[in-house]
This record gives sequence, C-alpha cells and structure tokens, in this order.
Amino acid sequence: MDKRLPGLEEAVSGIKDGATVMIGGFGGSGNPIELIHALIDAGPKDLTVINNNAGNGKIGIAAMIDAGMVKKMICSFPKSSDPRAFTDRYMAGEIELELVPQGTLAERIRAGGTGIPAFYTPASYGTELAEGKPTAEFDGKHYVQERWLKADFALIKAELADHFGNLTYRMAARNFSPLMAAAATTTIVQATKVVEPGGIDPEQVHTPGIFVDHVVEVADPQQEEALIRAGVEYERA
Amino acid sequence: MSELKLSNAQIAWRAAQDIEDGAYVNLGIGFPEMVAQYTVEGRTPVFHTENGLLGFGPAPEPGTEDWDLINAGKKAVTLKPGASFFHHADSFGMVRGGHLDVAILGALQVAQNGDLANWRVGNKGVPAVGGAMDLVHGAKRVAVLTDHVTKKGDPKLVDACTFPLTGVGCVTRVYTSLAVVDIVDGHFVLREKLAGMSMDDLQAVTGAPLHTEGDVADLVVPEL
Repeated sequence: MDKRLPGLEEAVSGIKDGATVMIGGFGGSGNPIELIHALIDAGPKDLTVINNNAGNGKIGIAAMIDAGMVKKMICSFPKSSDPRAFTDRYMAGEIELELVPQGTLAERIRAGGTGIPAFYTPASYGTELAEGKPTAEFDGKHYVQERWLKADFALIKAELADHFGNLTYRMAARNFSPLMAAAATTTIVQATKVVEPGGIDPEQVHTPGIFVDHVVEVADPQQEEALIRAGVEYERA
Repeated sequence: MSELKLSNAQIAWRAAQDIEDGAYVNLGIGFPEMVAQYTVEGRTPVFHTENGLLGFGPAPEPGTEDWDLINAGKKAVTLKPGASFFHHADSFGMVRGGHLDVAILGALQVAQNGDLANWRVGNKGVPAVGGAMDLVHGAKRVAVLTDHVTKKGDPKLVDACTFPLTGVGCVTRVYTSLAVVDIVDGHFVLREKLAGMSMDDLQAVTGAPLHTEGDVADLVVPEL
C-alpha cells in the first residue's frame, strides 16, 4: 500500500463541479493552501465548501470565492481581518451561507465520519439558528437535533504523513482536520514531511491512515496568516 | 476614581477574583481576555480555547509569533508547562460536557432569566456566530462582563432581550461597571455594588428589578 501521489495537480484532479469539499483549518492555522490553490488551478465550479471560516484576504478559500468556484459556504464564522471576498458575494446574493455554531459544526462533522446520522445538542436552543429544527427535552433540559455532515472530499494539512496515510498535526493546526478526514469519501492530505511506514511512532498518530486516501508532500508549506500579515499573496512553488 | 464606574480592567480584575486555583476557564474573545492578566497570585487556572488548546499563556514577543499556535480570536499565544492540544470535537465536548469550571463572555444584553444576547445586533450584514452559542452551555458557571449600560445609557441588564439570543437561561453571574449580579430563579440578585451608588440610582439604570438576599457588599477594586 502506498497512498502517495506525485503532485498537487494529481491530488485534486478528481474534484469535479458540484462537489462538497471540507477544508481543514481555523483561520490560517491548518489551512492547506497549497492544495486549495491547486484546486483553484483545476477550476471546478458550484462547490459547497465546509470550513470554520470563509476566507481571508486574497488567499486560500477567499481566492476560491474570488474565482467564482463556491456556491455555498457551511461555516461558523465568515469574518476575518479582511473578509471582503465572502462579504461582497454574500451581500450581492451570489453565495449561500449555512451558519452553524462552531461546536455543532465540529460535532456534525464527527457524526458524519462515525456513522451517527443525528444527535442532540443544547447549542442554539431558543435562538434563530434553531428555527425549523426538531427539539427534544432530556432530563428537564432542551436540546436541538442536528444532522451529520459529510463531504465528497476533504483537503487536509498535516505535519507528518507516512505511506499508509497515518498523520500528525502541528500544534493548534489540528482543529477540524481529524474530524474532516473521517467524514469525507476521499481525503487528500498535504504533509510537510512524508515518511516510510514506521516512521511515525504509532502512539503519536493523530489520524489513523484508514481515514486518508491520498498524500502529497509539500515541504515548507506557506501559512495563510503569515502571508496576510506580511501583506503578500500566495505564490505557487 | 474619577467617575463612578469601573473601567474594563477593573471589571476584569473583579471577575478574576472568583477564579479558583486549578479552574479550567474559557475567556471569550475581546474584553473577557483581560481577565487572564489579573489572575490572583498563587492560583493557577488553566485557560481553554475553542480551537483545541488547554494551558496557553500570553502573547509572544512581536516577531516571534507562530501562527499555528493561536487562540480562538486568531491571536498568537504561548504554551505553558502542562499544555495540551486536541481536535475541535473534543474541545467543544469539554464545553458541553460540563468539564469547564467557568466561561466568561461579553454581552449586548442579559435578561433576568439568564438569557444572553451577544452575537448579533440585528439582521443586517454577514452573520457570524463562532462558538458563542456552544460556550454558554455546559460550564459550571457562565459569567458575563459588561458595562452596566450602553453608550447611549440604556440598560444592558434587561427584563427580556431584544437582540437575537445566543442562549436561553444560561448566564449565572454578571460583572458590570457598577455591580455584581447573580441570576437566581429568573431574577437578578444584587451581590455587590459601588459604595458611592444608591440602590435607587442603580435600579434606575437596570432594566429589571434587582432583588437582594441578605447584605449587599461594597464592590471594591484597586486602581488599575
């Protein structure tokens, strides 16, 4: 078994018009921008994108939105230090938004990856984000029913990967990625370093390779937040 | 004090006095983050941030930031000894599962029944909720830091919220620029107020009845 692919172009070539794509990351931390920009080059349209945010500046998801590839965002916080890309399209009615409380978003993705079609959470009960959703009372408290979230593809940034797709993440760049890797039909990973099987201590694996389909090495990846703060745009290697 | 009102730093200081040694604490983005600066000497609370980190410390020196090491406000932070990383579902499991001792949040309005409005003023613009609706459920105490009134002078402690709700019946204590108020059985119960302020004056800027249970203590804070 060897899940390695030679390059980013091959990695994203299966993502076609109308696909649902989960993208790991919280702000710039864990955002797989090399994979995202390879997808922009491939150019599929009418995508539904699931991420905590909705892009910043002109990089990553914001660049996807600017390229007119995104039909719908499912996220908790479509704001950033420079939210122009999403805001302009949203105010013009050119992009749909499904706003989900952050913990509910994480749990819906976990449910999608673990075969749980629905669950109950106290979050959003009695608020406008619960309108139209079933509710129930358990032990005297009120809860909102939420459905699982799945995707056709997940784009993930890892620190280490082995040939079997076992992954580790760097610091708080982990965030949604382990959940998304499990919830997507096809999970595509860019890793800073790819090692032989056995090159990651089994006790240190964060995402087991069963959740991963393809691995591409992107040594020295760029970091969205660092680029934005430096006032520079993404440059293809 | 030049004005009969606490500064934000003084409100944060007062809230910090109630954080026990060893407490697991989530501080909301913005004003509540100030509470960490006033940690009581000899106590070691552990700060939680939604994006998967327990045990973070203050911002690093400018120029030494690592943008994979951030808090929920997407600000660079540092690691304290004993810190841990985890994924987002575990992070919110810590919140909803009742493992946090305190969540401290900002507010647009708090109602006497504990309803909180703090995520959206109206229905214009791009809505963004983040973790606000999750954070108000599960912590043993859900506290709010706020000015007692709006910039226009309207009460922020109200009979019923008029702004969109973040959560229903979730707030347990409010630290304001004038008072410390608990929410007990659908009522505001006044615990502390500034010594120079009369009950009548405080009630006049509060949008629902202030009840008392025994003595009301003076709200005493240092100059900061």
